[in-house]
Amino acid sequence: MQERKDLSDRQINRDLLWPVLSTPLWFWLAVLVLGGILSAGAGAAAWWMNRGPGVAGLNRPIMWGFLIVNFVFWVGISHAGVMLSAILRLTQAEWRRPMVRAAEVLTVFSLATAALFPLLHSGRPWRTLYWVFPYDFARGIWPNVRSALVWDPSAIFTYLTGSTLFVLVTLLPDLAALRDRTTGIPHRIYSILALGWRGNPRQWKLQTLAGILLSALILPVFVSVHSIVSWDFGMAVSVEAWHTTVFAPYFVIGAVHSGVSAVVTLMALMRWLFRWEDYIRNEHFDAIGRLLIVVATAWFFFFALEFIFGLYLREPQEVALRQTQVFQWPYNMLFILFILTAYFIPVPLWLFRKVRRNVAMMFWTSILVNIGMWLERFLIIVPGLARKQPFTFEWSAYRPGPVEIIMVTASFALVALGLLLFGKIFPLVPVNEAKEGQVLKAEIQVGKRKVPAIVREH
Amino acid sequence: MAERGILGLFAEAESAANAGAALREAGIEFEVLSGSPYPEGAFSEHTPPHRLYVFPFLGALCGFSVAILLTAGTQLAYPLVTGGKPVLSIPPMAIVTYEGTMLGAILFTVLGVIFESRLPRPIVGLYDRRITEGWIGLLVVGEEGQLGPAERILRQNGAVEIKGG
Repeated sequence: MQERKDLSDRQINRDLLWPVLSTPLWFWLAVLVLGGILSAGAGAAAWWMNRGPGVAGLNRPIMWGFLIVNFVFWVGISHAGVMLSAILRLTQAEWRRPMVRAAEVLTVFSLATAALFPLLHSGRPWRTLYWVFPYDFARGIWPNVRSALVWDPSAIFTYLTGSTLFVLVTLLPDLAALRDRTTGIPHRIYSILALGWRGNPRQWKLQTLAGILLSALILPVFVSVHSIVSWDFGMAVSVEAWHTTVFAPYFVIGAVHSGVSAVVTLMALMRWLFRWEDYIRNEHFDAIGRLLIVVATAWFFFFALEFIFGLYLREPQEVALRQTQVFQWPYNMLFILFILTAYFIPVPLWLFRKVRRNVAMMFWTSILVNIGMWLERFLIIVPGLARKQPFTFEWSAYRPGPVEIIMVTASFALVALGLLLFGKIFPLVPVNEAKEGQVLKAEIQVGKRKVPAIVREH
Repeated sequence: MAERGILGLFAEAESAANAGAALREAGIEFEVLSGSPYPEGAFSEHTPPHRLYVFPFLGALCGFSVAILLTAGTQLAYPLVTGGKPVLSIPPMAIVTYEGTMLGAILFTVLGVIFESRLPRPIVGLYDRRITEGWIGLLVVGEEGQLGPAERILRQNGAVEIKGG
C-alpha cells in the first residue's frame, strides 16, 4: 500500500505488542464497565430462567422477539469477519494485513454470543441439549434432523470450530514473538502455546497455505450458516410471510453488510485505543469503504427483490406484512429509521473519498449501518409473526420486556469484553503480517516512476 | 561423531542471503530461521516438500462418512414419520452431511498444518530471541568436522554472532 511507513521489526513488535505487555488504566475501567453490564445481563438471564419466558413481552402469536432478533444480528456480524479475512487472504490483497485478525476474532466472539440466544430464548437452556446433541438421552429418541432447528446448531458448530481454529493456527508466529518478549510465567505459557515455533521456511510456507486453504474451506461454510439461519424462518410452515426463495442470499448479503461495517467500527476503535495510526491507515478505511458501497448496494437489491416481488404478485400474506411494516405504528417509524440508517445515509456519504478517509465518519456510519441492520431483523421477525393465524384465539402486540432489553445490551458488552480480553492476551493485528508487508514493500522502477512490487507466494 | 549445530545470526537479510548462497555452494545443508516470511528461495535454502493438500481431502471423507452415519443412523434408530416426509429424507441429510464434511476438512487441515510444520516441538533448540526482532538465523547441523567450514562461511559473510558449536 502506498502510504506505508518504513518500520523495523523491533518497532513493529513494540507497537503491536504493547497492549499485551503493558496495561493502561482505561483497560481496567473498560473491563469494569463491561463486566458490570454483563453481570446485569447474567442476572436478567437468571431471572428469565427462574420465572420463565413470561417475564418477557412475548405472547401469542409473537413468540420470537428480541432474543431471536439478536441471535440473527450476531450471526450476521460473525459473517463478515471471516468472510472479509478469507476473501482478502485468497486474493492476497495487501490491505488485508492490519484487519484480518480482528475480523476473525470478531467472528468467534459474535458467533459464540449469537449461539447463546436461542438457548436463552428456550427458557430452559439445559434442555436444548436433548434437541440437538446426537444422542438418545431418553426413551431412545434421537434428534430430528428433519427440523431446521437442528441444522442451525450443526452449521454454527462447524463455523465456530473452524473460525476458532483459523484464529489459533494463524496466531502461532505471533505467539512465538510474545514468547521471545516475555519472562517468567507468561514466557512459559506463550512457549507452550507457540508449540515450539522457530520460523523456518517450511513453517512460513505452511502458514501461508493454511491461511489460503482454511479461507477456501470456511467461505462455503459461512454462506451455508446464514442460509440455514434464514431457513429457520423460510421453512417455518405456519408463517407464510417468510416463505420466500430469496431469503438465503438476502440474509447472507445482509450479514456481510452488517459484518463488514462492524469490522470498520472495530478498526476505528483499535486505531484510537491502541494508537495504531501507522498500521490501520486512512487508505484502509478508503478501501473498505469502497467495498461497503458494493456490498450495501447488493444488499439493497435483495431487499428490494424481497419487498417488491411479494407485492407485485399481491400475495395476501405479503401484502399484510408490508402493510404492518410500512403503515402500522411503531413499525412504520422503525422501518423509516431502518432504511435510512442501513442504506440511504451511509452509502451516499461513502461515495466521497474524503468521508471514506475520515476515521470518525467511517466509525459513525458503520454504527448507523448496524442500527439499521438490527432493525431489519426485528422488522422481518416481529411483524412477520404479528398476523392472526387460523385457530388463534388470543391476540396481543409485542413490546420487549426489561429483561430482554438488558440481555440484548449485555450481548454487546459480552462481545466487546471478549475482544478486549483477547487483545490483552494476543495481538489484535497480526505482527508477522505487518512484518511481511515491510519485507514485500520494495518498489521497482517502471519508466520514470517507482511502483510497489508485490511478491506473491503460492 | 555426535551431531552438533551452530546458529549464525545476521542483522541484515542481504548478508544472510549471501551466506546462504555460499553454504549451498559449499554443499552444506542449513535451515533459515526468521521472524517474518520471506519469498521462497530468498536465502538459497532447500524447502522439503509437504503433503498438506492431502489432509483436507482425508478430513472431508471422514467428516462425510460420520455425518452420513449420524443422520441416517439417528433417523433409522427412531423411525418416526414427521410432516409426511420419508424417514431418510435427503435434503436435511444433505445439509448436516455438508456441515460434517466441511468440519472434517477444516479439522484435518489444521492437524495437517501442525503435523507438516513438525510441531509441537517440546524443545526449541538452537535459537535466538532476536530472530523475532528482524534478525535472520542460519542454522547448520552436522558432525563436528563439518561445522568449522560452515562457521568460516557464516563469519566471512557478516554473521554478527555465532551461537552453539
